[in-house]
Amino acid sequence: MAATVDARGLSCPQPVIMTLDEIKQGKEKEMIVFVDTDTSKENVIRAAESQGCQITDVTPEGEGYRIALTKG
Amino acid sequence: MQGKNIFATRWGIIGVGAVIGILAPVLQKLGNPGNMGICVACFERDIAGAVGLHRAGVVQFVRPEIIGFVLGSMIAAYLFKEFRPRVGSAPIVRFVLGAFAMIGALVFLGCPWRAVLRLSGGDGNAILGLLGLTFGIWIGTLFLKKGYNLGRTQVTHATVGWMLPLLMAGLFVLMLVFPQIEGEAQSGVLFYSLKGPGAMHAPLFLSLIVGLGIGFLAQRSRFCTMGAIRDVVLFGQTHLLSGFISLAVAAFLTNLALSQFKAGFVGQPVAHTMHIWNFAGMALAGLAFALAGGCPGRQLFLSGEGDGDAAVFVLGMIVGAGFAHNFGLASSPKGVGPHGIAAVVVGLLFCLFIGFTMRGKKA
Repeated sequence: MAATVDARGLSCPQPVIMTLDEIKQGKEKEMIVFVDTDTSKENVIRAAESQGCQITDVTPEGEGYRIALTKG
Repeated sequence: MQGKNIFATRWGIIGVGAVIGILAPVLQKLGNPGNMGICVACFERDIAGAVGLHRAGVVQFVRPEIIGFVLGSMIAAYLFKEFRPRVGSAPIVRFVLGAFAMIGALVFLGCPWRAVLRLSGGDGNAILGLLGLTFGIWIGTLFLKKGYNLGRTQVTHATVGWMLPLLMAGLFVLMLVFPQIEGEAQSGVLFYSLKGPGAMHAPLFLSLIVGLGIGFLAQRSRFCTMGAIRDVVLFGQTHLLSGFISLAVAAFLTNLALSQFKAGFVGQPVAHTMHIWNFAGMALAGLAFALAGGCPGRQLFLSGEGDGDAAVFVLGMIVGAGFAHNFGLASSPKGVGPHGIAAVVVGLLFCLFIGFTMRGKKA
């Protein structure tokens, strides 16, 4: 089961804080992050990649995006 | 999925910072006030004066740059399908944060944009302002680490996202209907400065075009001067900072090229030398920007892409400017206003109250 972070509707920098918290503290290797703006999408991807994560999939979903990543 | 946004890359944000850094001193050369080619706080304050929210005679002018920032961002957001009308993340709190951010900025005499433009023009007092800004943002990051947030937005009607762009377009129409008349302090409903910074401005359409261009680029690149410092403190991330530094370097070189660089602390344009209050004013502004999630420029760009909460912050800043001058809170080249110090203290207490009480997953 992948861990899920729902950052939709939250403004900068909450989506990045929530993603980094899950990367550092969560037990699951797979993660799904939901965001609702392009800025959040870019910021989450940039932060995850800086932590050595692999972005496996980014798909539009509803009003935003679903970002799938694997921890490095 | 859309193609990669090149403006959001490292070189993208550096390029955008450089463009702003070149255009701001050029606007100064073409008529804008000293070390104030662009200042979001000052220009919103001038707008507040132009519509009579305060009657400080030297700072009254509808600044087309601000109008351009919002509309340019909106054009970019629509072109790249990023216009997302949203609202509902503690708007009233954002309004008051906007008001205190403006008051803090007017104690220093400039927003973060102008702080680096002042520095790049040789104004040493800006160093105190930038240190204060960093200190305020650092306090903000402590709250963010403890779970501070303003709650979630909701998706809403496009009309909500159009409100600030429409207000800005309306201001521009007012300017065309009631243009400045030589030697007159009033034209129809609008007030105009006869002297002081409010009387200094680059040609109207040029200012608007530069504003539109910067609004467009900043929306694409997510340029943010508060985020620049916050992301370093919070995440050790230098992405936005590289844009901010690029702005400073480009502005410094442009000022040298245009003979606008003059190093020193005393006698700098629209600046005072009260170091503690330069520091404290910007600390208040920095904390308020950090709690609201964006520098004053970023709040304009977010408003352009449909963020109704950012629009409320902008209106808070404009109303705050009214209070700042009506209550004698704003500084002048002579020093802080009669009640500026009290306002900084009250503002800091307010921000601490917000930071301590708005935590957890109430969203």
